[in-house]
Amino acid sequence: MSSLNKISLSSFSYSYFPIVILFISVFNEFDFNFLKIEFFSFNFVHILIFFWTLKNPNHLGYVSIFLAGIINDVIVGIPVGVSSLCYLLICLVTAYLRNITLSPNFINDWLTFLFTILLINSIQIIILNLIFLIEINYMSYLVNSGFTFLFYPLFFVIFNYVNKKIVIILND
Amino acid sequence: MVTGRDDFVIAFRSAFLKKKDKQKFSLLTLLFLSIFVIILSNLNFKVIKFIKIGINEVVYRSSFLISIPENKIKKIDTKIKDHLKIYDNYKRIEIELETLKQKKLSNDFLKLENTKLRNLINESIQSEKILAKVLIDKESPFLKSIVLNKGSKDDIKIGMAVIDRAYLVGKVIEVNYTNSRALLLSDLNSKIPVLLEPIGMQAVSSGTGKDYGEIEYTKKEYESKINTEEIIVYTSGRGGLFKPGLPVGKIDKDNVKKINFFSDFRQLEYVNIISYNIKGSN
Repeated sequence: MSSLNKISLSSFSYSYFPIVILFISVFNEFDFNFLKIEFFSFNFVHILIFFWTLKNPNHLGYVSIFLAGIINDVIVGIPVGVSSLCYLLICLVTAYLRNITLSPNFINDWLTFLFTILLINSIQIIILNLIFLIEINYMSYLVNSGFTFLFYPLFFVIFNYVNKKIVIILND
Repeated sequence: MVTGRDDFVIAFRSAFLKKKDKQKFSLLTLLFLSIFVIILSNLNFKVIKFIKIGINEVVYRSSFLISIPENKIKKIDTKIKDHLKIYDNYKRIEIELETLKQKKLSNDFLKLENTKLRNLINESIQSEKILAKVLIDKESPFLKSIVLNKGSKDDIKIGMAVIDRAYLVGKVIEVNYTNSRALLLSDLNSKIPVLLEPIGMQAVSSGTGKDYGEIEYTKKEYESKINTEEIIVYTSGRGGLFKPGLPVGKIDKDNVKKINFFSDFRQLEYVNIISYNIKGSN
């Protein structure tokens, strides 16, 4: 009985892992600014959404992603809806990639990720700068995209491990 | 036979409209909803304003609670650094204290003289301070702002100055019922009128998105004058937004356009929100 509870508890915690991490990261906005490393920043949420909507979309719903975007906008202080749009565009790219891919390839995914973050950051800049006339630092966006791209393999390994665990536990 | 273009259209349409087992809405619906929210959030209707304030209240409080562990780590990091530098700090502070004691005497005299002169022209500056706790200080690489735990119920209004000890750190840009958001001086969108002393020149302090500010719109002879003296940047009070004389920062010796702010925006825990009015002036 207790082992049954253990299994259901671990399967529950594993299957909700992406959503929990997504909401913690948008609420907390890990910025590492206390480290005082100039220019260092990366967008963990972009990596998280890209990976999970590509590999296991059943564990990260579009509605959760939409809500996470709204929360992110409120916390960062940009017009509400902008991040939701960007996050959903990542989902669009991953959904398209899933449809056209027969055999997944890490390098392909990684390069598509680069294209995606450049696309959504450009869209965000266009919305903020040209429509809402908010001044933004282009260099910060570029550096942020660069680090996000570089960090993708690291988080890919971690998330892939968790994803495999989820599959094993749910199949048991 | 299906052509490559057809493949693309099918895959694209499927990505837009197909729902997975656990998805309740299609991507297309949610994309339209996001665009609708962006448009809606910028309309100035009362209902939308109230909904926005409600969302802000809930999100800010939740964010504060979820950020507690990270804030603890930040505090530990700061404490360790402080402990490592304790002897050097002690020596530096000892010298600073001696200098300040001497300056205070002349400062007291100047204050008295200033009050007397203001009385002569029937002018007095009254200001009110409201202590506020910093709930969220997430300095995103793109926007620099902080969320404070005082809002419209504490008479906070848009445009009020936010100070850390005696130093200006920003201004209030958004007010909710129990909290508000302040834009930091380091933000790219921050522009405040300042006075450069002792050369007595007016300028505008502009944020750069980094730790420092920049001097803009000042006189041409500024650069030649600045090389000889140590320049302190104060608020000028022009435009009636800020109380005049709030210290902002010091001009960098190597780069005459650069303002090193007095306050460290990464270490803000409590700040004062101040409102002021000048009585007797026209």
